[in-house]
Amino acid sequence: MFLVPDLVVRFFHRMASPPHFYAFSERLMPWLVVIFMLLAVTGLYGGLYLAPPDYQQGDSYRIIYIHVPSAWMSLFIYVVMAIAGAIGLIWRIKLAEIVMISSASVGASFTFIALVTGSLWGKPMWGTWWVWDARLTSELILLFLYLGIIGLYGAIDDKRTASKAVAILALVGVVNIPIIHYSVEWWNTLHQGPTVAKMDKPSIHVSMLTPLLLMALAFKVYYAIALILQARVELLQRERNSQWVKTKAVEEGGL
Amino acid sequence: MKPARKQRLILIGLMVLGASLATAFALKSFNDNLMYFFPPTDVVEGKAPKDALFRLGGMVIKGSVERPDKGMMVRFKLTDFNKEVTVEYTGILPDLFREGQGIVAHGRLNAQGVFIAEEVLAKHDENYMPPEIKATLKNPANPPAGQAQ
Repeated sequence: MFLVPDLVVRFFHRMASPPHFYAFSERLMPWLVVIFMLLAVTGLYGGLYLAPPDYQQGDSYRIIYIHVPSAWMSLFIYVVMAIAGAIGLIWRIKLAEIVMISSASVGASFTFIALVTGSLWGKPMWGTWWVWDARLTSELILLFLYLGIIGLYGAIDDKRTASKAVAILALVGVVNIPIIHYSVEWWNTLHQGPTVAKMDKPSIHVSMLTPLLLMALAFKVYYAIALILQARVELLQRERNSQWVKTKAVEEGGL
Repeated sequence: MKPARKQRLILIGLMVLGASLATAFALKSFNDNLMYFFPPTDVVEGKAPKDALFRLGGMVIKGSVERPDKGMMVRFKLTDFNKEVTVEYTGILPDLFREGQGIVAHGRLNAQGVFIAEEVLAKHDENYMPPEIKATLKNPANPPAGQAQ
C-alpha cells in the first residue's frame, strides 16, 4: 500500500465500486476476446502443426498444450481466489468477494481438465489411467477444495456471510498449493519433475516451448473473460435492490 | 491501516501460518508413506518391505533387458546409479519402456532377491525435444542448436 504508485491505488479504488466495474468490464470485454482468440489460434497452430513431434512420445506429447496450461491455471486461480478472499475479509470489499467466488468454478473446470487430460496421456505413456502418487493426489484434493468452496457458498443464503466462510476455507486450502508444486521434488512420484518452471533453462526445445507459453497466456486471458462474465452476473444479483442496477435496467429496457 | 483491519490481517496471517505448520508436521510424519516407490539402494539395504507388495523405481540399465525363454517374460536390471536390482515381469510393457528409461514396478521380492513385478509403469522424464536434436545430443561434437535459454 505504501510503495504502490498513487495512480494504481486510485485505479483499484475506482474498480472496487460496483457500477464503475460493471461499465468498465463491458468496454474491456471485446478487447479480451480478440486477444484470447489471437493467442489461442497462434498457440494451437504452433503446438499442433508447427511444433515437431517429441523424440520419445511422438505426437502424444501435444496434450501438453492443454494439460500444462490448465494445471498452471488451476494453481494460479486458486491463489487469486485466496488473495481476493483475504482482501474481502480484511477490507470488506464487496467486489473482492465477487472475484473470489466467480473464480471458483473457472478454477474447478481447469483442475478437472488437467486431471482428465493427464489421465488420457497417462494410459499410453505410463501404462495406467491413475496412480495415487503425491502430485496426482494433491491435484485431486485441489479439485475437492474448489468443489467444497462452490458448495459452501451455495449452502449459505446470506451472501456476505457465505463469502466470509468461503474466504476462510480458501485461505486454509492455500497450503495445498506449494504441496502440489513441489510434490514432484519432495517425494518420489510417477509424475515427472518440472520442465519449464525450474532454476536452470527449461528442458523443452524452444520450438515446443513457444506455443506452450502462448497457450498459457491464452488460458490466462480466458480466465479473465470467464471471471468477468461470472462476476457481472453475481454483481447484478447482489446489487439488484440498489439504485444503479435499477437505473441500468430501465435504460436497457429490461423492465 | 485502521486497527480493526490490522487485527483481521494479523488473524488471517496466523490462521494461514497455523494451517501450514500443521500440514508440514503431518507431511513430515507421513513422509515415507508419501513416497510412491523405493529406489534400488533401499531394496538392497533391506529397507523395503519383505513379503509384501511395494513399488520399485529406477532406470533400466542399458543392455540389461533380456527375454530368457523367448516368451512374454522380461528380465532387466534397475538402478539408481548406486545399487541395482533384477526385475522379472510377464506381460505387456508400456510404450515408453526402453533401456535407459525410468520405470516404476509394482511387485515383491522373492527369496533370491529378484523383484517379481506384477505391473510395470513407465516414468516419463521432463525432457521434450525434436528427434533431430536428440540425434545431435548423442554426438557431442555437434552441440544442440536452438536450445531454449
